[in-house]
Amino acid sequence: MILDRRNFIKTGGTAVAGTMVLPPLLKSCQNIQISPFVKSYLDHFEVTPEMLQKVIAEAMSKGGDYADLFFEHTISNSLGLEDGKVNSAHSNVDYGVGIRVLKGDQTGFAYTESTNLQDMLKVAKTAANIANDPVTFKQSALIEKTIPNYYKVSQKWENSTIEEKIPFVQKVNDRLYELDEKVTKARVFQRDESSYVMFYSSEGLLTYDYRPMATLGVVCVMEKDGEIENDYSARSMRMGFEFLDDSVVEELAQEAVKKTNFLFGAGKPKAGELPVVLGAGGSGILLHEAMGHPFEADFNRKGESIFSDKMGKSIAKDFINIVEDGTMENNRGAINIDDEGNDVKKVYLVKDGVLESYLHDRISANYYGVDPTGNGRRQSFRHVPLPRMRITYMENGPHTTDDIISSIDYGVYVDNFTNGQVKIGAGDFTFFVKSGTLIENGKLTQPIKDINIIGNGPQALADITMAAGDYQTATGTWTCGKGGQSVPVGMGLPTVLVKKLTVGGTSA
Amino acid sequence: MTKDEKYSIAKWAMEHAVQNGAQQARVSIYNNNSSQIEVRDEKIDKLQESNRNSMQINLYVNNKYSSISTNRITNREELGKFIKEAIAGTRYLAEDEFRTLPDPERYYKGGGPDLKSVDPHFKSVDPQQKVKDAFDLEKEVLGSDERIISVSTSYSDGMSGSVMVASNGFEGDTENTYYSLRASVSVTDGEARPQGSWYESSIFSDQLVRKDIGKKALKRALDRLGQEKIASGKMPMIVENKMAGRALQPLISALNGYSIQQKQSFLIGMKGEKIGSGLMTIADDPFIVSGRGSRLFDSEGMATEKRAVIENGILKTYYIDTYYGKKLEMEATTGNTTNLVFKPGEKNLEGLLADIDRGILVTGFNGGNNNGATGDFSYGIEGFLVEKGKLIKPVAEMNITGNFKQLWNELIAVGNDVDPSRSWRLPSLVFDNVDFSGI
Repeated sequence: MILDRRNFIKTGGTAVAGTMVLPPLLKSCQNIQISPFVKSYLDHFEVTPEMLQKVIAEAMSKGGDYADLFFEHTISNSLGLEDGKVNSAHSNVDYGVGIRVLKGDQTGFAYTESTNLQDMLKVAKTAANIANDPVTFKQSALIEKTIPNYYKVSQKWENSTIEEKIPFVQKVNDRLYELDEKVTKARVFQRDESSYVMFYSSEGLLTYDYRPMATLGVVCVMEKDGEIENDYSARSMRMGFEFLDDSVVEELAQEAVKKTNFLFGAGKPKAGELPVVLGAGGSGILLHEAMGHPFEADFNRKGESIFSDKMGKSIAKDFINIVEDGTMENNRGAINIDDEGNDVKKVYLVKDGVLESYLHDRISANYYGVDPTGNGRRQSFRHVPLPRMRITYMENGPHTTDDIISSIDYGVYVDNFTNGQVKIGAGDFTFFVKSGTLIENGKLTQPIKDINIIGNGPQALADITMAAGDYQTATGTWTCGKGGQSVPVGMGLPTVLVKKLTVGGTSA
Repeated sequence: MTKDEKYSIAKWAMEHAVQNGAQQARVSIYNNNSSQIEVRDEKIDKLQESNRNSMQINLYVNNKYSSISTNRITNREELGKFIKEAIAGTRYLAEDEFRTLPDPERYYKGGGPDLKSVDPHFKSVDPQQKVKDAFDLEKEVLGSDERIISVSTSYSDGMSGSVMVASNGFEGDTENTYYSLRASVSVTDGEARPQGSWYESSIFSDQLVRKDIGKKALKRALDRLGQEKIASGKMPMIVENKMAGRALQPLISALNGYSIQQKQSFLIGMKGEKIGSGLMTIADDPFIVSGRGSRLFDSEGMATEKRAVIENGILKTYYIDTYYGKKLEMEATTGNTTNLVFKPGEKNLEGLLADIDRGILVTGFNGGNNNGATGDFSYGIEGFLVEKGKLIKPVAEMNITGNFKQLWNELIAVGNDVDPSRSWRLPSLVFDNVDFSGI
């Protein structure tokens, strides 16, 4: 898609923000054939191919093996509703370029918040210091890479106005109060983000991406007989303004009221080891924490992961297939290209129960002598790429949900989560259950809430004894943190049974 | 950018906002310069330098409110346009009569003590010394134990500053420095690879503890060898000082004006009431010289004050900013904690443990969360089984579950081992009757 500069610098007070003024300049590109697509990105960042090459030459001047430049311009807007009115807004503009130099598996990194040539050369010089054998760098021919589009957008956020967005936020609030008279407070937020990135490497690769993100969320507070409970529901997709429609509003309001209502009178299970049934969808957090993180190749390269010796070995029942994919259409975790210019692939981490692949960035792929998997991601131009998840899910299994529930004498069914964590080396992972249901004598009985579940990754993976055929992709706002960097991710799961995990609760 | 340049841009932006339709405006400029050196396998693994600038503007337009922020702050034409557009956009929002700048009477007006939060030698620290510091930590442990799989060490430092101006008469700036050293060691334990880490930090380079960080990280990793869960049950829980913040943080969140007004607090209406055991006394002291949380004014510019937060278990104050103060019809205190000082007890950690017949010493948390509205919590933990005052074996993969209102009433002992390098100065704490789930 060609970046429309007129839209980009649109004025008129229709969005709280969304613009940046660019001076009317543009040097023509000499002798280098580039498409109008990439030219619009070069123009946007006020750089030319010649400037990129100068900066790369400086970055490589101390003898680095490889260098890359990551340009980013991100505009985000949010609206907030509190106490019945859409009464706050925030806009942020972030702009800059990160420069990375690799020497073997060593990294030098610096960034600048300007794309002025002198500023870029200065930070290139800093990053170059990871190497110390001064050489003259020979430029590679510029190769423009066109990318697929996994997030088609009908109306870009820059072309939508605050006036158009406000009614959807208001409607979520109004629907909550209509749906249940116990609702006493609601906080609704809407966020949108438009991120333009451009990438150039010492190998001559020049590419770019436009990454939209849309989020709508609500915290619902209800009171019943003096008890107060609250729950949170949200939807997040890589979409444009078309994300906001009556159906997402209704779905969210219904879900928030239903989830909050469920908490009244909910209790705690008996503390200890119990069978845990993970409902389809958001329970993908189990895969994300227990397996996804320990499969990230940087931890394995350093020998720090509990899965470091497991490649090619059977680590789960043979009906288990775990996939890492960045290509799922409009998913929050989708990316057209990773942040190191690599194609985004669908990768089987576990195929028929056998560990087949780690998640790689450039450094780890080189270390292991494998092709990159397209998992090199970064929070922004201020951060270095790391092996990160995109959308992590398990394919359908051979059982049914009824088979699974009826096989349990005493256990828990869980399907509503807030957060999780893992200790990579020990393998202990946790996830916090906002609500679920007790299983007694093969039947779902009492609601339960606010309990942590903890297990050990390899053991839990081996203990997945049943998986149903009801796969669902999670729709919430999952954000993954690692090494101080946050990236949006997706997840999914069919209903599965983990034979035993340690469940928080009350002692007998 | 010099401090004067920052003031000049901030004032220009503030005046531009007021001239273009905002009745009030507040502008802050933040900058942060940092460097980080990570070492592994006797090589520099990662060298990072960061110089970050940003501007935030709060706009109050006809009783309507928005905020904008950007890191493109030097081009006045662009900035001016951004501000004008934001003011125009703000007019579409609903009115919110509670949104105003603070009462100017409350502003910090200068003349406060020097809190000594800046190392005057920050810019003259030799880069080679930074690298050497990180390598020295690695040398402490590399090759010292055959069970070591991986050692990562790092040096980082940073200087951050801010200036803030508000259209009803506030001007103030801050500056802080920090240095820190960190080591992480992974060791082999059959299939598992437990990791231990340790760090030290300081405002001043010459006060940074540089010794034994690697050794402490290794010890904490080796301490985990053979860790396993034990039977579920109710027992006393000793929380190591470095982890005590996890038990206190949800309680502080529950004192926040937002949580109270939005009914997401389990401490609504509890000011003056007993919310914890008599051993619980916490003060908020912004004026500790070289305290990590010390400050003369809060994020709205209001002058800070020393406050009793909890005295002998009785709640003395909430954290209420200007906006939620108006909404709640309560006097604004401040929205920010500074240094939280927990009144220490008599015994060190060993002394506390000596009084335990059977319990668990918690040295790390692993995930979990709490319900702000009810105080219910459930967290993953790791630590040690304690019997008759002795550490018996490492435990992990267990949860604690309960309610904060009960937990703090079950506080039965407080250590004397407060860590002064943090803004929350907490000692080790002992709670009775905690539900542990394991096998």
